[in-house]
Amino acid sequence: MTEAAIPHGRSYARQERRRRLGPLSVLTHAALMVWTVLVVVPIVWTFLASVKTEDEIFGDAWSLPATVRLDNWARAWEQANVGQYMINSVLVVACGTFGTMLLGSMAAYVLARYPFRGSRAIYLLFVSGLAFPVYLALTPLFFVVQNMGRVPFIGPFIGLNTHGGLILVYIAYSLPFTVFFLAAFFRTLPGAVAEAAFVDGASHTRVFFQVMLPMARPGIVSVTVFNILGQWNQYQLPLVLLTSAKEKWVLTQGIAEISADAGYDADWAALFAALSMAILPVLIVYVIFQSQIQKGLTAGALK
Amino acid sequence: MRHGRTRFAVGFLVLPVTLYVVYVIAPYAQAFSIALTNWRGVNASPQFVGLENFRRLLEDTVFWKAVGHNLLLLVLLPVLTIVIALFFAFLLNAGGRGGTGGVWGSRFYRVVFFFPQVLAIAVIAVLFQQVFRPDRSGMLNAPLIAMGFEPIGFLSDTDIALWSILGVLVWQAVGFYVVLFSAGIASIPRELFEAAAIDGAGGPPMFFRITLPLLWDTIQVGWVYLGIIALDVFAIVWVMTPEQGGPDYSTTVMAAEIYRNAFEYSRFGYASAMGVVLFFFTIGFAALALRLSRRERIEF
Repeated sequence: MTEAAIPHGRSYARQERRRRLGPLSVLTHAALMVWTVLVVVPIVWTFLASVKTEDEIFGDAWSLPATVRLDNWARAWEQANVGQYMINSVLVVACGTFGTMLLGSMAAYVLARYPFRGSRAIYLLFVSGLAFPVYLALTPLFFVVQNMGRVPFIGPFIGLNTHGGLILVYIAYSLPFTVFFLAAFFRTLPGAVAEAAFVDGASHTRVFFQVMLPMARPGIVSVTVFNILGQWNQYQLPLVLLTSAKEKWVLTQGIAEISADAGYDADWAALFAALSMAILPVLIVYVIFQSQIQKGLTAGALK
Repeated sequence: MRHGRTRFAVGFLVLPVTLYVVYVIAPYAQAFSIALTNWRGVNASPQFVGLENFRRLLEDTVFWKAVGHNLLLLVLLPVLTIVIALFFAFLLNAGGRGGTGGVWGSRFYRVVFFFPQVLAIAVIAVLFQQVFRPDRSGMLNAPLIAMGFEPIGFLSDTDIALWSILGVLVWQAVGFYVVLFSAGIASIPRELFEAAAIDGAGGPPMFFRITLPLLWDTIQVGWVYLGIIALDVFAIVWVMTPEQGGPDYSTTVMAAEIYRNAFEYSRFGYASAMGVVLFFFTIGFAALALRLSRRERIEF
C-alpha cells in the first residue's frame, strides 16, 4: 500500500462503517441502554432510599428524598455494626488472599517446574478440588475446625468462631484454582533467566522470590483479583464457621442479618444505608481497577 | 545441587499440601462415610446404617422439590444468560466483526454490564428483596399499583418466586459472559470476517456462520460455569426468600436443604447423603456438558 492510499483507505473504512451501521446503531444503542438501565436503576434506587426518611420509603418507591438524611448512614455504621463487619471483612480477606497467593504460588511453582515421582498426583489432587461442591464438605469441615480449636497453644486462634480458622479455610478452598492457574502460568515462563541466576549462585528459594515471581506478575495479579473478590463475597463458609460470635462476622453475614431481623419495627432506612455502604467501596475499587478485574475474573475461562 | 533441589521442593509443598488435605480432602472423604451413618446431634455417637439415608431421601418430597428447582435452573440459567450475553456481545462488537474495536461506547457498556458480577450474592439478595417488595415501597410494584394493577407477589407467590430468583441470577451473570464473549470475538482473526463480508455475508448470517462456530469453545466453558452456579445456588435463596426457601418450599434448592438439615436439625448423616447426591449431579452434569458439546475443534 502506498503512502497516499492509507488516509484514503482509513476514511473509506470509516465511511463504510457509518453507512452500514447508521440506522442500525440507533437500535443497537437502544438495546444496550435497556440493559444498562436494568443494571443501574436498582443500585441507584438503593442509594436514594438510603438517604430517605422511613415515611418516604414506605410512601412511594419512586419518590425522591426531600432532604438528604445522612443520619441513616451513621445509624447503620454504629448501631447495625456495619463498620465492625467491614473491618472484619477487610482483615479476613487481606490475610486470606495473601496466604492463598503465597502458598498457592509456592505449590504451583514446584509442581510446574520441579517434576518428581508423585508430583503429577499432587497436582491432580489440587485440581480435583475444582469439581467438588463445597456443600458436600460442610458438615465434616465444621468438625475439623472445631477440632483444630482443641490443638494446644494455637487452638484458640484457629477454632470455630475465630478469624484465624476462617482464614485457613479460605486459603485451603482457594488453592485449587490458584494452583491450577499459576502452574499453567509458571510452565510457560522461559527457564533461561533462572538458569543464569543459578549459575550466579542463587538458591532455589531466592530464584523463586526474586526471579520467577516477578516474571509471573500478570498471572499473579489476575489470580489475586479473583481471590479477593471470591473471598470478599463469600457467605456460606462464615455462616457455618462464625455462627455464635456476632462481633466476628463479615460484611455479607451482617447485611443478610439486618434484613432477616427487619420486622415491623425495623429501621428500613438504616438497612438501605447498610446496603449502600456494602456496595460503595466495591463500586469505587471496581471503577478504578475495572480492566484488571474483568481480566482477572475471565482469565480462568479463557485459559 | 540435587539434594538441595529435593529439600526445596518438599519445603515449598509441605504447608500448602497439609492445609489442603486437612481442610479440603479430609472433609470430602469423610462426607461419604458420614452419609452412611445416622449421626444426629453434636454429641451423639454415629452408627453405620448403610444406604438407609438414601432410601429415606427417595421419599423426601421437600428434597425432590429442591432437586427439581435446581434442574430447572440448570436448564434455564445457562440458556437465558448465554443467549442474552451473545446478543449484547454481538451488538457491542459491531455485528461480530473482530478487530474493529466495537461500537461507540462499548467500553462503557462493558463496565456497567459487568458490575453486578463483583457484588456479593448476599448483598444482591437483600437489594432485590427490597426491589421485589409487595407494596408501594417496592421498586417494581410501585408503578404497577400507581397504574391501577394488582401488585405482583414476586417473592410471596409460590408460582412466581422461583422465576424471581432466576431473574436475579441472570441479572448478575449476563455481564460476565458479555465480557467473556467479547474477548472471544476480539480474538477471532479479522481476515475471516473480511472474507465473509466480501462473499456478501453481513449481520445475522455472519454471526451464525462465522462468529458463533468460532466462539463455540468459549460458550462451552460458559455453559459448564453457569450449570455449576445453578447446582450450587444457596445465598440468593437463603437470604432473599421468606422462610429460607419458601414460601412453602417453592424456591428451596439442594444446598439450602443440606444446610438446613445439617445446621438447623443437626441431621449430619442425612445432610451428608444429600451432599453426595449433589456431588453426583455436579459430576454428571460436567461429564454430560463436555460430551454433548464436543465437536470438531476449529483451530485459528
